[in-house]
Amino acid sequence: MISPFEIIETIKMINEEHLDIRTITMGINLKDCANENVDTACEKIYNKILALAGKLVETGNDIEREYGIPIINKRISVTPVSNLIYKNYTVDDCVLIAKTLDRAAESVGVNFIGGYSALVHKGYTEGDKTLIRSIPQALSQTNKVCSSVSVASTRAGINMDAVKEMGAIIKECANLTADTGGFACAKLVVFSNPVEDNPFMAGAFHGEGEGECVINVGVSGPGVVKAALEKVKGEPFGMVADTIKKTAFKITRMGQLVAQEASKRLNVPFGIVDLSLAPTPAVGDSVAYILEEMGIEKCGAHGTTAALALLNDAVKKGGVMASSYVGGLSGAFIPVSEDAGMIAAAQCGALSLEKLEAMTCVCSVGLDMIVVPGSTTAETLSAIIADEAAIGMVNSKTTAVRIIPAPGKDVGDIVEFGGLLGSGPVMPVSGYSSAEFINRGGRIPAPIQSLKN
Amino acid sequence: MKAVITVIGNDTVGIIAGVSNILANANVNILDISQTIMQNIFTMIMLVDVSKSKINFDKLSGLLDEKGRELNVKIQIQHEDIFNSMHRI
Repeated sequence: MISPFEIIETIKMINEEHLDIRTITMGINLKDCANENVDTACEKIYNKILALAGKLVETGNDIEREYGIPIINKRISVTPVSNLIYKNYTVDDCVLIAKTLDRAAESVGVNFIGGYSALVHKGYTEGDKTLIRSIPQALSQTNKVCSSVSVASTRAGINMDAVKEMGAIIKECANLTADTGGFACAKLVVFSNPVEDNPFMAGAFHGEGEGECVINVGVSGPGVVKAALEKVKGEPFGMVADTIKKTAFKITRMGQLVAQEASKRLNVPFGIVDLSLAPTPAVGDSVAYILEEMGIEKCGAHGTTAALALLNDAVKKGGVMASSYVGGLSGAFIPVSEDAGMIAAAQCGALSLEKLEAMTCVCSVGLDMIVVPGSTTAETLSAIIADEAAIGMVNSKTTAVRIIPAPGKDVGDIVEFGGLLGSGPVMPVSGYSSAEFINRGGRIPAPIQSLKN
Repeated sequence: MKAVITVIGNDTVGIIAGVSNILANANVNILDISQTIMQNIFTMIMLVDVSKSKINFDKLSGLLDEKGRELNVKIQIQHEDIFNSMHRI
């Protein structure tokens, strides 16, 4: 039998250190729902989602009760919707599809549905163009739909036309939801090198290489890592890395168990476990506090990037052996508004946008849930996206930008999003213009893959 | 299916009686039982077999939770696999 000490350790992780399964995400292929007639397409989409995901929430709740492990979110990711957009579709037709996804998500009881997406890192199809133009309306007129656009990859370079357009789209999203602080922007991610099996929102979509239907699970537990590190205060980094690895292993085993169980009960193949440390605004569930536990006085001080690099790598190393298939983004997320420690660091001036950009070179994704002044221009937003895309492109990693230019807000204000999205202090951006750079358009060529120094 | 019942809180009269009474009524067999004081907190752990239980898992979990409130301790029942998967390779 398992020893009492081990049983208590597990229970403590769940009850006191916020260990949870962050999400069970069902990936659904919608390619067979494409139809020249938008009403027919919507009907097929709705019916297919209900048929496959009808029991997703109930199954998640059953597993949660039997195993005593909280499963916070049940979600759906679908084929990038731009694949379903015919040439004759208008922006309004696209919005109709978004509303259908929203309705389907509501009916099956999931809290988000991702995949209102387009991959344009090399170029636009006609469908991509229409879909991207529809994003502000789609996100402001729905509650649960999440959107992402890939604008760069290591193999293709950066599509600067798309980068330029996304700056303007983000502005429009913010303006259409000005009454909620620009909330639509929190549901929109601009990617470089996106992964096809990411279960986390807002960037989840069911990628090109995926099967008909799949179950992906995202685990979390920054609080557990923080608690484990408290026991090795002052020890050298070998010990720190080892402690994180062991903890990540245990956390991921739980994800693997839940993923297998959900896959069996829903009769849907198991895809991957994404072993990400995803913070929430709850006290004790913060990635910033892990970095501070390592000896950084305040997240953002010098040394933060090195601490995060160690954390991100150790999480992967510990988790890889714990699951038969690891995928998604796997690492440490640093969403500012969703992390109590990051919020505090940004508020006291310890954490700047520039430091965050450096941190994204070694974290699992990118600039996430960052609130900037409402007066930030579309070109500046585009330039922030371009910088982040360049980091992802050159370092062969996923990077992303989820940024909110909160209308009417300025540095010093705090924007409340509520729930898991938390609250974001408005962070300053450079006052100098990048407009001429952004207005060039065209593509930045793919980087050389040899002569790496 | 085997499950682990944990009782955590202040030691008081009637904990084992209360829990085992619920289990007996539900036809749940106790396979192992241990109790200890861990970090000054009373901890009791039971391994039980719920495969012949007359009531479903949810109901059983609810009854134990209720008993816990009555005795001012926290009583949880969880599928054994969650501990196996975390602590055994």
